[in-house]
Amino acid sequence: MKGLITDLNKAFENRIRLGIMSVLMVNKEVDFKTMKETLDVSDGNLASHTSALEKQEYIVIEKKFIGKKPNTTYRVTKAGKEAFQNHLAALETLLKRGK
Amino acid sequence: MSENQKHLEDLQQIRSIMERSTTFISLSGLSGISAGLFGLIGAALAYFKLAGEFSILHSGGLYSRIEVIDVNFFNVVRMNLAYGPTIDLVIIAIGTLGMALIFATLFTARKAKKDGVGLWSSTAKKLLFNTALPLVVGGLFCLALLKHGLFGLVAPCTLIFYGLALINGSKFTLPEIKYVGIINIILGLLNTIYIGQGLFFWALGFGVAHIVYGIVMYFKYERN
Repeated sequence: MKGLITDLNKAFENRIRLGIMSVLMVNKEVDFKTMKETLDVSDGNLASHTSALEKQEYIVIEKKFIGKKPNTTYRVTKAGKEAFQNHLAALETLLKRGK
Repeated sequence: MSENQKHLEDLQQIRSIMERSTTFISLSGLSGISAGLFGLIGAALAYFKLAGEFSILHSGGLYSRIEVIDVNFFNVVRMNLAYGPTIDLVIIAIGTLGMALIFATLFTARKAKKDGVGLWSSTAKKLLFNTALPLVVGGLFCLALLKHGLFGLVAPCTLIFYGLALINGSKFTLPEIKYVGIINIILGLLNTIYIGQGLFFWALGFGVAHIVYGIVMYFKYERN
């Protein structure tokens, strides 16, 4: 059991981070507003969790300007995809063992 | 045990977020089946309409002023349709399309509600725009064909443009609809060779192809 728990990725422990990764797994590129609405979180909350994931190099944050408005978009990296899939697999195995 | 509960909730949340945020809207398989049925009904109505017109025609009745070249029931190649059955056929075609669209929207809305997702998303708008573009262009082109009396080319054109519309829209919904598009294009092209057999190809493309697609999609994605 102990070995299994270490498979869980600390970076994804938070619900909001799980949400960010889930959205990015099925969408190529998501902008700030869409992400905020999908997850129903505050600006600051989203910003801090996305930058944490960026530090881990699991996602890429791109800041562009559309006219004068700043437009931030997020994409998942290859490493992020793999890490998240491993995390999901670990969760599933844990659940099966727990039954 | 509570740790387990948390993991379970995490997984459920992940799944629901993935479903809610995907970039496509999922058309209900029932939409395809109903569209196909209306396609078949429309083809049948058109067939009886044409059959009726030509029996009158052959008896030298009402439509004797139509200049007809090679007419053999629904083997209509080229006519000068000043008084012909065009208007009725256009009404049947538009009615078929309308009914198919209404029921497709109803079934898809019902499915969206069941899945807990919105129907009118930005993706739905993209889907609509990308399918509408080839359809409108094709529709105008078909009107031009009718105007010039090139009756036999109308059916293949509707099939080809409709197929292109489906392929264009397939990026925004279940990707399998692409195959319905390809089948419609192939049928349309074949129809340009066997010109005048439009109703037969219509029944295959708009009718049978949709019903088969709808049944496959229904069992693949909706029946759990």
